[in-house]
Amino acid sequence: MISFVVNGKPVELDVDPETPLLWALRDHLGLTGTKFGCGVAACGACTVHLDDQAMRSCVMPVSACAGKKVVTIEGLRQPGGLHPIQQAWVDAQAPQCGYCQSGMIMAAAALLKTNGKPSDADIDAAITNICRCGTYPRVRTAIHAAAAATKA
Amino acid sequence: MTGTFSTSPAPRSRRRRIFLIGTGVVAGALAIGVYRFYRPRDRLSPPAALHPGTSDTILTAWIRLGTDGVVTVQMPRQEMGQGIASTLALIVAEEMDADPARVSFEEAPVDATYANATVLGDGVPFRPDDSSVIARVVRVSQFRMGEALGVQVTGGSTSVRDAWGPMRQAGATARAMLLQAAASRFGVGGDTLSVANGVVEHKPSGKRAGFGELAVDAGREPMPREVALKDPAQFVLLGKPQRRLDIPAKVDGSALFGIDTRLPGMYYAALTQSPVFGGSVVSFDAAKAKTRRGVIDVFDIPATSNSAAAVVVVAEHYWQARAALADLAIKWNDGPNASFDSAAQRKRYEELLTQGDARVYDRAGDVAGGLAGAAKQVTADYYVPYLAHAAMEPINCTAVVRKAGGCEVWLGHQAPTLVKWFAARAADVDTSKVTVHTPYLGGAFGRRFEVDVLMQAVTIAKRLPDTPVQLIWSREEDMTHDVYRPAAASRFRAALDGSANIVSWSNRVVGQSCTGELTARLLPAAASDMMKDKTTVEGAFDLPYMLPNRVVEHVLTHDPIPVGYWRSVGHSYNAFFTESFIDECAVAAGKDPVAFRLALLRHEPRFRKVLELAAEKAGWQTPPPAGVARGVALAESFHSIVAEVAEVEMVNGAPRVRRVVCAVDCGFAVNPDIVVAQMESAIIFGLTAALHGEITLKGGRVEQSNFPSYEMVRLASTPQIEVHIVNSGLEHLGGIGEPGTPPIAPAVCNALFKLTGKRIRSLPIRL
Repeated sequence: MISFVVNGKPVELDVDPETPLLWALRDHLGLTGTKFGCGVAACGACTVHLDDQAMRSCVMPVSACAGKKVVTIEGLRQPGGLHPIQQAWVDAQAPQCGYCQSGMIMAAAALLKTNGKPSDADIDAAITNICRCGTYPRVRTAIHAAAAATKA
Repeated sequence: MTGTFSTSPAPRSRRRRIFLIGTGVVAGALAIGVYRFYRPRDRLSPPAALHPGTSDTILTAWIRLGTDGVVTVQMPRQEMGQGIASTLALIVAEEMDADPARVSFEEAPVDATYANATVLGDGVPFRPDDSSVIARVVRVSQFRMGEALGVQVTGGSTSVRDAWGPMRQAGATARAMLLQAAASRFGVGGDTLSVANGVVEHKPSGKRAGFGELAVDAGREPMPREVALKDPAQFVLLGKPQRRLDIPAKVDGSALFGIDTRLPGMYYAALTQSPVFGGSVVSFDAAKAKTRRGVIDVFDIPATSNSAAAVVVVAEHYWQARAALADLAIKWNDGPNASFDSAAQRKRYEELLTQGDARVYDRAGDVAGGLAGAAKQVTADYYVPYLAHAAMEPINCTAVVRKAGGCEVWLGHQAPTLVKWFAARAADVDTSKVTVHTPYLGGAFGRRFEVDVLMQAVTIAKRLPDTPVQLIWSREEDMTHDVYRPAAASRFRAALDGSANIVSWSNRVVGQSCTGELTARLLPAAASDMMKDKTTVEGAFDLPYMLPNRVVEHVLTHDPIPVGYWRSVGHSYNAFFTESFIDECAVAAGKDPVAFRLALLRHEPRFRKVLELAAEKAGWQTPPPAGVARGVALAESFHSIVAEVAEVEMVNGAPRVRRVVCAVDCGFAVNPDIVVAQMESAIIFGLTAALHGEITLKGGRVEQSNFPSYEMVRLASTPQIEVHIVNSGLEHLGGIGEPGTPPIAPAVCNALFKLTGKRIRSLPIRL
């Protein structure tokens, strides 16, 4: 049994300890918002927060999460409604196909936790996720807008 | 647009020609035998497959209206990022005068009512400006056949053009039915009523009723035979930026893609496919894999014309199946293609630029005569490699085959009608016993026309009756078993007179045919080299420039590497070839590239306007910053005209595109914000191909396997993009999903020539 906390709720899983966190979330916990993109931590579609840090869950054995706190896209919403980054995403009309956007949003949310007013260069360095639809210009706009909204 | 086509049936004698130019979709229809030629079809009457639900009213085939006033539009096309669901819902809302905040959409049933006829009408091998009798007849016939075949297809940037007529008609018809209901209820004449934001009002008496209150009564009203459509000048919603309906679900993880399908008792399947195209399984060891926890079964499935031979593991959970693949010790028979090599292929293609049988797609004037006595000659050869689609959602399909007969499939696919036909074939049941669900597509770009994963998933599900199985390909399987954008070679010879006119133009393109090969995959018996494939030369045989003496021809190759439609298809390479070569001609003529093009477009005001706008907004007449150069390219595709100016600099020995200015004329921007988003998207897609994209084979095996070896433009390498829209009028309505891609590679390469003096004649760019 591997125990950890997902979106504020304790979970216990009886799975092969080598199972990547991604598949534990998707198949065992029914949290399909976190996406499979490449399986080799190259695209970022599977990004979640592990103890507040952005983490590519497709290469993270679930056993390494024991006792830790995982937040997925489903857990990002705040009591009052959308997380500011989600609202900024809507305002920028960022998503197209939407498949990579959970990971992109989680990466952006993690960035804003450590850097309240990221520069373009900070964003370039932190957001290395792949979006095949090319939503990048709007992703950049949304991150700046969320930073501004959070400050205000 | 549909109104301009004659409804009279084509005479029998024309049918043979239509067979010869038919596309793969047609071939698929023939295979299954469901075609019904030239049946005039009413696109407003609700099909039997459309159910109203418990409290809703069906108003035409396209609208479900709830007593709560929510308008649910039946979505005939697939949402794969292009925003089509929101755009088409908006078109209905506009004509209905619905409250846009109470409009939603749902997947339409698979039914001929929702077919895309335009995609076939667009596929004919005639230049867009060819108004000859034969060209017109074939276009109309193909369109009619598209209607009659009833295939739901999302592709070819056709969705708005195809649905514009019927969906406006549906909205106006529903509005008329609501008006009739209100008139009876209020006891007044229908012409005294007004409608706005989902409320019908009789102003003289102050009586009002919302769409929800009128829904049930409206459903009982007869459908009017004729309704007036709005004058576009009266549009309230269309032509202005509107928010997309699918975005809220795409920021909180709730949007469901095919891979998110979850069914009670569902198993998962993983597979390894023959590493060489055309290979087969010799042996594998199932014993060890079967001892793993959760593994249900291990077996191999044979190749079909659509899919490769594979060994499959089925397990309770995906990771169990995926991990067990490592135990299989598969021995393959690589078959006849084990020596296929990209370098040898390129050499062969380059030889075919001068040898081999070419088919002429366009000829005019006297090419040889133009050459003789010209002031200058320019010749050049170009090449592009295979490209993968690499949509972000890996290839997957969920299927269940019932013991009692019947099959149900969940698959993000660009042609649900094909899914129905081919699921029926794989499950060996009648198409009426197949239910198809099309969730959101996590990108497609042409990849999700294929039925490979469908054939495999249904074959697997058939072994486990009454058990849903979700088959997921790894990224590596996707990248090594794609249907690739064709590799292609191109040779030009042009002659210029002393006034910078092009007096002779010869262009030969060499490569495989996407349409021919899709046909061969769907219906091997129908495969024929007699079919011309317009996509091989689109962007080469339909240029807008004044080329009075010209020949454009294509040499068809057959290589064992499957090819398929890839965002903008033939335009993706022909625009790189032609717009780079036009630049070479401008240099040879000693002219500015914009001025040179404008002079060749004296007769094409729409093209001139787009090019001039892009140049003006990019500051073409002002010098760029030091170390930066600008390049320009112009291309029409899918009935839209796009010009792009790229600003390029060299950073650490590599090109960096810092800014792209784009002008687009798609006739009428239904939702301008989506037009901008699609231009951004298509430019970045094309930039990835220009800077990085290359699929190569050695020893019959694809050498790239995942993103580290098939790199993408990412946020840090994304240029600043500006988009400017020209609304030239509804009569020029064009597509928007693809046309932004073709011009970017030549614009960047033309800038690099100015910057470095080196002409890039092969992609990806290597300096």
